[in-house]
Amino acid sequence: MESSELKRSKDSVNSCESARRSSFPDEVLERVLSLLKSHRDRSSVSLVCKDWYNAERWSRTHVFIGNCYSVSPEIVARRFPRIRSVTLKGKPRFSDFNLVPENWGADIHAWLVVFAAKYPFLEELRLKRMAISDESLEFLAVSFPNFKALSLLSCDGFSTNGLAAIATHCKNLTELDIQENGIDDIGGSWLSCFPESFTTLEVLNFANLTSDINFDMLEKLVGRCKSMRVLKLNRSVSLEQLQRLLVNAPQLAELGTGLFSQELTIREYEELESALSNCKNMHTLSGLWDATGMYLPALYLACTHLTFLNLSYAALQSVELAKLLAHCPQLKRLWVLDSVEDKGLEAVGLNCPLLEELRVFPADPFDNEIVHGVTEAGFVAVSFGCPRLHYVLYFCRQMTNAAVATIVQNCPDFTHFRLCIMNPGQPDYLTNEPMDEAFGAVVKTCTKLQRLSVSGLLTDLTFEYIGRYAKNLETLSVAFAGRSDWGMQCVLGGCPKLRKLEIRDCPFGNAALLSGLEKYESMRSLWMSACNVTMNGCRLLAREMPRLNVEARGGMPHHLSLLSEMLGTRQTENY
Amino acid sequence: MSPENGKLLPETDAGGLNFKATELTLGLPGESRVTSDGVAKLGSKRGFSETVDLSLGDNKDSNKLGQFQINVPEAAKSPVSKAQVVGWPPVRGYPKRGTKSCKYVKVAVDGAPYLRKVDLEMYNTYQQLLTSLEDMFSCFTIRNYLNDKKLERVNGIEYVPTYEDKDGDWMLVGDVPWHSSNDTYKTFKRKLNEEALYMKHPRN
Repeated sequence: MESSELKRSKDSVNSCESARRSSFPDEVLERVLSLLKSHRDRSSVSLVCKDWYNAERWSRTHVFIGNCYSVSPEIVARRFPRIRSVTLKGKPRFSDFNLVPENWGADIHAWLVVFAAKYPFLEELRLKRMAISDESLEFLAVSFPNFKALSLLSCDGFSTNGLAAIATHCKNLTELDIQENGIDDIGGSWLSCFPESFTTLEVLNFANLTSDINFDMLEKLVGRCKSMRVLKLNRSVSLEQLQRLLVNAPQLAELGTGLFSQELTIREYEELESALSNCKNMHTLSGLWDATGMYLPALYLACTHLTFLNLSYAALQSVELAKLLAHCPQLKRLWVLDSVEDKGLEAVGLNCPLLEELRVFPADPFDNEIVHGVTEAGFVAVSFGCPRLHYVLYFCRQMTNAAVATIVQNCPDFTHFRLCIMNPGQPDYLTNEPMDEAFGAVVKTCTKLQRLSVSGLLTDLTFEYIGRYAKNLETLSVAFAGRSDWGMQCVLGGCPKLRKLEIRDCPFGNAALLSGLEKYESMRSLWMSACNVTMNGCRLLAREMPRLNVEARGGMPHHLSLLSEMLGTRQTENY
Repeated sequence: MSPENGKLLPETDAGGLNFKATELTLGLPGESRVTSDGVAKLGSKRGFSETVDLSLGDNKDSNKLGQFQINVPEAAKSPVSKAQVVGWPPVRGYPKRGTKSCKYVKVAVDGAPYLRKVDLEMYNTYQQLLTSLEDMFSCFTIRNYLNDKKLERVNGIEYVPTYEDKDGDWMLVGDVPWHSSNDTYKTFKRKLNEEALYMKHPRN
């Protein structure tokens, strides 16, 4: 009796399901899903059921791999057959600061070989902190006839010869974006490798290369690429040359100037000013090497619609900055050097009410004699004038708990709060107390906080606060902080959304490391260097969590690099 | 190792871990970490104070050992000297922000046994540069004066400083204001009358 009832109810469920399925064909589902761009949304979709998993994988055209060792290229290719665009990140972030040894890995070549076989129509490749050789760039250039966009950030292992290969062979190139990389800059002749028939370039960024390029070739290239919207020059391009380029490219939306210092006649200055102001679409401005008060006014008319101003290569003084900002009412993002000092930041607060992001870099980070730069006063001034501020990176030499409390009271919407008090372990300079309450205020007030970098003298209390309050925190950077294992345990026990944790020079040991076993499965990466973790602790961790890629190296400084749940293994060279 | 296996370190033995490969060793940054002959080195961590004093990359500090500890000061002690801590403050190495580039140029005199280098950034005027070059090469000119018969005919040493700009033209030094010319110098020569005593100045 019961079993027949059960059978009947099962049949009705089955027929409901099949009715549903037939009324919602896969093609429709794929079409709908193809409109989804966010990779996180797509991951969620793929978990709903098998049908949705399949529809999602067939409709995905862009894949984002935040940790190149989390999966093998073969598995990626098997799951996603129609990829046109790949974003790959490799080394731990601390490799930017020379904490990761050379030849660590993250080599792109194995990926390119698989892509050449499985994705011959690949169009875009965006790499961050990967190792890429000239041979790989040449292989890339000849293997993908539809290749359009190459973006390299913080990569190393290649030279300008590799760029020459790209310029020579990629007939459909629209984007060549070479950001800060460890590139062997042999010379500027790569730019001359673009054929004369080549007209498709929309994005050209070679700002961080140092060699001279052939200006005639550049001028012709810019002249014939009518769709160019991003042009970021390197330091070798003079003001006079800039003017000549702009005359032929007034459509530019993002401009990175070359050297902003040259003896100009009055007429040349006026021509420059005119060329700049004719760029009606310009919303992003950078470069400006060696810019001084003398020529900055040439920019004023061009800054009316500017939303992003990057002055991190121009050591401006406060007065110069103030004058410039008076012409930048729409500014949303501002990067400056601390040469502008607190007075400059006061001007930011006064002139930029729409500001959302501020980055203040140290002009002389390694000079102990410097007593200038910015203090807590500048940051506080900005917070009063810019209530929409949600992203800050701030390098300073002094800070107080009270100031930070004021700042987050004024700007409660912080998503990224990266504070670097440059002397490790420095307390509140007024009270001599630890900076615990500062970061406590940040995590209590800023409920949307996704990324946090802490600094100064910090006890375990900071980490208690973080674990308890930072519910949306995904990335945490810690250096020279904490008192005991308890600090790290608090973070690993709290912070439900933690994905990346990087720790250096802290007294966290094996007990702390092993308290996070469950947590590591949902994280992308953990880095610990110069802490109290021992090899035995790492072995234990590796044994307990066989699916984690645990890498522990002795030596000086020894470090533990724990990469997230692995479906593949990390193929390393001996080093 | 199969991709699906998910084993940990490259040289895994049957037990799952190659202890030799994971053994703590001492080495300076950049040194090979894996000792191919598996010689055991002392596996001690550095003390924090030793970190501070370490001249990184300098071999003579390789003997500093000690138990690693972080002494988080209770009261404000003098902060760690920034310059001696690797990777701190966390600013990217390239490109340098806001710092002037060093413009070291090679200066070569024909007949001289070795070259010199000058930093163009050190000078604010042409005169300063030329004076400095004269000082640097005074010994050579004296030697040449004694050895070279042609020079004996010259009443004093007459130099006409010239340089090759990036278009490949030979230009007389001094027409263009000092600061703007720095970026167009390619080769720097000093001609002695018709006889060229070349001072080459390839871009660094």
